[in-house]
Amino acid sequence: MAITSIRFDETPRILRLLSLADDCLILGHRTSEWTGRAPTLEEELALANIALDLIGQARSLYQATGLDEDSLAYLRDPPQFRNALIAELPNGDFAFTIARLFLVSAASDLTWRAAASSDDPDVAAIAAKAEKEIAYHVRYAAEWLIRLGDGTEESHRRAQEAIDTLWPYTGEITDDRVAWSAIVDPILTRATLTRPVDGWMQSGGRSGRHTEHLGRLLAEMQILPRSYPGATW
Amino acid sequence: MMPLWEVFIRSRNGLAHKHVGSVHAADATMALHAARDVYTRRGEGLSLWVVPSNAIVASDPADRDVLFEPTASKIYRHPTFYEIPDDVGHM
Repeated sequence: MAITSIRFDETPRILRLLSLADDCLILGHRTSEWTGRAPTLEEELALANIALDLIGQARSLYQATGLDEDSLAYLRDPPQFRNALIAELPNGDFAFTIARLFLVSAASDLTWRAAASSDDPDVAAIAAKAEKEIAYHVRYAAEWLIRLGDGTEESHRRAQEAIDTLWPYTGEITDDRVAWSAIVDPILTRATLTRPVDGWMQSGGRSGRHTEHLGRLLAEMQILPRSYPGATW
Repeated sequence: MMPLWEVFIRSRNGLAHKHVGSVHAADATMALHAARDVYTRRGEGLSLWVVPSNAIVASDPADRDVLFEPTASKIYRHPTFYEIPDDVGHM
């Protein structure tokens, strides 16, 4: 027996919370896919820690909607997700994973810092905790990006390819591109990477129009609760 | 293989850093990150040290008897011979 997707009233507050929460959940899930596959034990744990931070942030935000957090994670279809497209892209190689984590975390850092003084008390409380977690994600990803970019010929090539591929997806992760660039640009320079020109940007995630990758991610993430409703362990 | 670093954690104010294990990392900054990620996942620490493993000078296991065996007969070095007056309480 399969469980059908939930329906709920998409108020502006709920949509705002979902776009924050879905970024966290989807990037957290992607990051968790490295578990068992990371290049070293140290990076395995670092990425697992980051994935758990992100999934924890998603949980708090889902709870703030007043709806059931498990239903929001497991019983929505792709068009009901509001995450930025960049979060759902497959992990690619280590350079791609690090570059994406850096670009997204730099934006999240700004989002959470602003949210700390939000009118919404739930959001402000979540932001106070999340801000410290994200600050470490930025630092972790930035240090790796610097070493990949300024490392070997191959690591530089892969890091630059990752940045180039990801760039058109950075249009929907922040409203303050100037502040975001102030975090990103110095790290790209230290990494000896070239900042791509801001051109045409991908969009659609915030209104539920996703890449084909989200459906596959959700199929894997949701199969158990949809196949065995109410399963516990 | 990346260089090996020994990891030390101070768990509370007033305590000494204690050795907890080691990590592989390319340089000092990455070693601190790795130590944080591997060894402080459950609130273990307030401060971290990482030290290049090859900076540690170790005693030779073959010297064990010469270095350490003579202390076994010097029980007077233990502070168990002194009577502590009741007024002193816990030391």
